[in-house]
Amino acid sequence: MRAFVTQTRTELMLSLRNGEQLLVSIAIPLLLLVFFSSVEVLPLPDGVDKGVQFLAPGILALAVMSSAMVSLGIGTGFERQYKVLKRLGSTPLGRPRWVAAKIAMVLCLLVIQIVVLVIASLALGWSPGGTPALTPLAVLLGASAFGGLGLLMAGTLRGTLTLALANGLYLVLLLLGGMIIPFDQMPGAIGTFGRVLPSGALSRVLQSCLRDGAPAAGSAWIVLAFWAVLAPAAAARFFRWE
Amino acid sequence: MSFPKGDTPAIEVDDLTIRYGDHVAVAGLSFRAESGRITALLGPNGAGKTSTVETLEGYRTPTSGKVRVLGLDPRRDHAALVGRIGVMLQSGGVYTGIRPLEMLRLFASYYENPADPVELLDLVGLTDRQRSTWRSLSGGEQQRLSLALALIGRPEVAFLDEPTAGIDPSGRQLIRRVVADLRAEGVAVLLTTHDLDEAEKLADQVVIIDHGRLLADAAPDELMRNADTDEVRFGAPAALDTAALTARLHATVVEVSPGEYRVATAGTPAVVAALTAWLAEHDLPLGDLRVGRQTLEDVFLRLTESAAAADASAAEFSGSPTAGTSGRRSRRSRR
Repeated sequence: MRAFVTQTRTELMLSLRNGEQLLVSIAIPLLLLVFFSSVEVLPLPDGVDKGVQFLAPGILALAVMSSAMVSLGIGTGFERQYKVLKRLGSTPLGRPRWVAAKIAMVLCLLVIQIVVLVIASLALGWSPGGTPALTPLAVLLGASAFGGLGLLMAGTLRGTLTLALANGLYLVLLLLGGMIIPFDQMPGAIGTFGRVLPSGALSRVLQSCLRDGAPAAGSAWIVLAFWAVLAPAAAARFFRWE
Repeated sequence: MSFPKGDTPAIEVDDLTIRYGDHVAVAGLSFRAESGRITALLGPNGAGKTSTVETLEGYRTPTSGKVRVLGLDPRRDHAALVGRIGVMLQSGGVYTGIRPLEMLRLFASYYENPADPVELLDLVGLTDRQRSTWRSLSGGEQQRLSLALALIGRPEVAFLDEPTAGIDPSGRQLIRRVVADLRAEGVAVLLTTHDLDEAEKLADQVVIIDHGRLLADAAPDELMRNADTDEVRFGAPAALDTAALTARLHATVVEVSPGEYRVATAGTPAVVAALTAWLAEHDLPLGDLRVGRQTLEDVFLRLTESAAAADASAAEFSGSPTAGTSGRRSRRSRR
């Protein structure tokens, strides 16, 4: 237990100390939220009159993606490249505790992000609706899906390649995932493609959890659950420690 | 702390073979290493040192043969073993953004009865580098922290892979001192190196390997004493007139490498006097002079060279480059 707690605390400290990781997990989501809520240049879904009503749930989805996929993936990728994972393999820490500490670290990051972003959204005039009680489940499924993708990249590619791919994927999943640009403003094929992406599924689910009048998200829950199982399973299957 | 009792050696390597595809990294290697002793695994680059050590650490599975550490199988009994061994990798192994004491405290949390991180930091001379992250430490400082991390769990067996490679002399001295203290505490230390001087100064037992095969396994003193001592070696400017010197000394003089000479005679005071007199007459400086006792480097070069020569002649006789094994086997059994 002591090892798990110290491992988690150290991992969290290292990610908060890392400027790039803070940028991607806190600064960029916050910037997008504040900017596009104040400067209403983006299209809004039908029936929404205030940007923050749509952006707040979308940016929360983005926050989950940035910490669970980008931060975790890049951090772990470099730990693997610099043989940290190899070195840990000859200590009594053990893989189960290492994985548990990584999960705990991501959950701690998520709590910090959510607190910051919710406060900012409320300050921008957000009034949450929908079925908020399901939000924690959506966040956990999203973290599982994106965490799996991050670890899959980290465990199979070189550190620098993981860095490039995670950042590229971040942008694509952001644009096609309905996080800041609504699906009903996208051409049919792109929208359909976006909806089966993990980012699309998570943003639809979070819209339905947190916004009155959002479309029902039954199919999005199924897509999200599918990614939440598939991605970590693939990571577990293909992860190489050295 | 409990040590293996009776005749269970701390480390046991028995007919170990490791293949990566077609490449044979280790071929039928056997040796033992004891508690309270420093064993140096010595060999040129690519000799199979790291493969052997990584098998003992549990990172690799032997293709065939058997390895035991403290009587345990490093892979099957991994969980039981990791708390009792300490590992220093050749490079890396530390979070790049972490500070030395943070890393030591993290590792200390893994073990039941760890050493004190602050004391250990002091022992490896990094107390004044506490505020620096790993990536801003020099190569030598990184090596010293890696060594401290190998020792944080109070290991019974320490595996040190090239612990002083690329380190400045003072850092090297410090690491040697720490390693020598481990021996006094009863730890079995297995270190790999291609630094012969280091093995000679530090090790109680030297295991020399090349191409994954054992060439020698003995105390450094024994290796050097048993070596052919009927020669004088000296260093002087390159391209001396060895024919003239041969005539003067009544013994064949060979320039073994530029500026390194070997005289095929026992190093009597008369021979030494004649040699230095000849150099003085020609106004030549004398770099160094070794008589009677060979350095480990001499032994090592002779062993690896004769192994290469035996391979070449075996291949010649059979007409096949893969048929060098008979020569290897006979040489191995000779010890």
